[in-house]
Amino acid sequence: MAETDTQREAVLTAVERVTDRIAEEKGHLTDLDSAIGDADHGANLDRGFGKALAAVEDSEDDPAEIVKTVGVTLVSAVGGASGPLYGGSIMTASQELEGGITADSSVAFAEAYLKKVKDRGGARIGDKTMVDALTPAVHTYKKSIEEDELSPVTALSKAVDAAERGVRFTTPIRANKGRASYLGWRSVGHPDPGATSTLYIMEELLAVASEYCEGDVETDAEADQSPEETPGEGAE
Amino acid sequence: MVRVDMKKLINEPGAVVDEMLDGMVAAYPEALARLDGTNVLVRADAPVEGKVGIVSGGGSGHEPTHAGYIGDGMLDGAAAGEVFTSPTADQLGEMIQACDAGEGVLCVVKNYEGDVMNFETGIELAEMESDVEVTYVVVDDDVAVEDSLYTSGRRGVCGTIFVHKAAGAKAAQGGDLAEVERVAQKVVDRVGTMGMALTSCTTPEKGEPTFDLPEDEIELGIGIHGEPGIERTEVMDADSVTEHLTERVLEDLELDAGARVATIVNGMGGTPQMELFVVNRRLQEILGERDIETWDAWVGDYMTSLDMAGCSITLLELDDELEELLSHPVETPALTVRDD
Repeated sequence: MAETDTQREAVLTAVERVTDRIAEEKGHLTDLDSAIGDADHGANLDRGFGKALAAVEDSEDDPAEIVKTVGVTLVSAVGGASGPLYGGSIMTASQELEGGITADSSVAFAEAYLKKVKDRGGARIGDKTMVDALTPAVHTYKKSIEEDELSPVTALSKAVDAAERGVRFTTPIRANKGRASYLGWRSVGHPDPGATSTLYIMEELLAVASEYCEGDVETDAEADQSPEETPGEGAE
Repeated sequence: MVRVDMKKLINEPGAVVDEMLDGMVAAYPEALARLDGTNVLVRADAPVEGKVGIVSGGGSGHEPTHAGYIGDGMLDGAAAGEVFTSPTADQLGEMIQACDAGEGVLCVVKNYEGDVMNFETGIELAEMESDVEVTYVVVDDDVAVEDSLYTSGRRGVCGTIFVHKAAGAKAAQGGDLAEVERVAQKVVDRVGTMGMALTSCTTPEKGEPTFDLPEDEIELGIGIHGEPGIERTEVMDADSVTEHLTERVLEDLELDAGARVATIVNGMGGTPQMELFVVNRRLQEILGERDIETWDAWVGDYMTSLDMAGCSITLLELDDELEELLSHPVETPALTVRDD
């Protein structure tokens, strides 16, 4: 199979796995959002990824184009502020993958995604948002690849760990951004739903990356593609 | 399913926006057209050759905002979201492209987080799919609160209508995108609004008032979604309410004697015209006492909040340029200005 075909297959598998996982966690995400938001996070993401999967299933496009289509579909199908945050950021970051998915381009994707989420949403670390999971994950991924020269799968695995710690970090802090911020101190004690869904998405990307990079051999296609989607989808 | 606790002229709550838009086009078939598969209305002759496109959009429930201001001399397109919910970025992107005749498009965005994010993303989508030049201004005229349930910073409310009017006139006169944007920003910098509610409002989906306001209380500084204001007080008479609102706006705009203004006394959707004129009477007295000249006074429902009873007062400090732009003839469903 040509490299592009493998990458396409891996991207499509990732979209499928993420969609399934969000569907499984829909109720849980909604519960989390009921505590500190408006109880629609699970349903909105589930609807969004369902439509995104339908939009790219059986696609013959380049991997970057598929990722972009996922972003564009999420923008409209998720709606509200989450649409631009999750989908718009994937849409913008997908440009980094146009030359193919490599370790380097996956880092560029992750960074572009994080930047867009922060620029658009205006949240910083400690505001109790998806940024709290995404920032350490992207930084860890970049350092693992560029400085520690780890394989993309190992790097992604470390990024998932970092995101998990980021989610735990959101629990005891007070929200400063998004709807939860209107609860003030009452937002303390609940994990952030956006950070949580970000983690779920990254976990699925890691699983797919591992499958496609069996033995952790550094074949660009597999490793990269998971990070690309990871930051993107997780980012709300 | 019609709920017994809500007497409303609706069919399915989820179909209200769609049915409203069809009804608007049916009322103005020569002026308005709906982009297929969207909740976007545009001028029937869009895009207008040789002219910068002016578009806006936001949640529904504020009618006649925004689609009521589509027409020669004002908006080229308006996107409707669900009730009190931002339109989606893909539809905003389609609207921008549909209103571009090659001269560029200005988006007028009310300052709500969802609206701003979706417009920014919609602009990116439009730029990806075409070579349209797009810019936007964010209207934040509500002097009541710095941050609110739906915003960082001030909310965008009724002052948006003056932005539509001035930018639309500048575009109709052949101004380029930069000039149109400058004029829009000039209005944003010189306009202030403060509102109040006598009653809450009822969204079709929820079917009950969005907040509780006891019979003997009113809320000052309220927004256009029933979000909380800054102060809840006992019922006051019209003059006292008018004084409260006007003082606050005057203070914010730092208007001195000799200033010239355009004013809007805006109904929130459930307020009789009679009461709006009573408010306007006192507003103009106050301005006169301070030696502030009213160049034009608009009274009516411009930026509503469903069936909320209450009003807002908007003041725009004019200069010769803005006065000339507000005088420019316009013909839209909700606003008509004719040559004198």
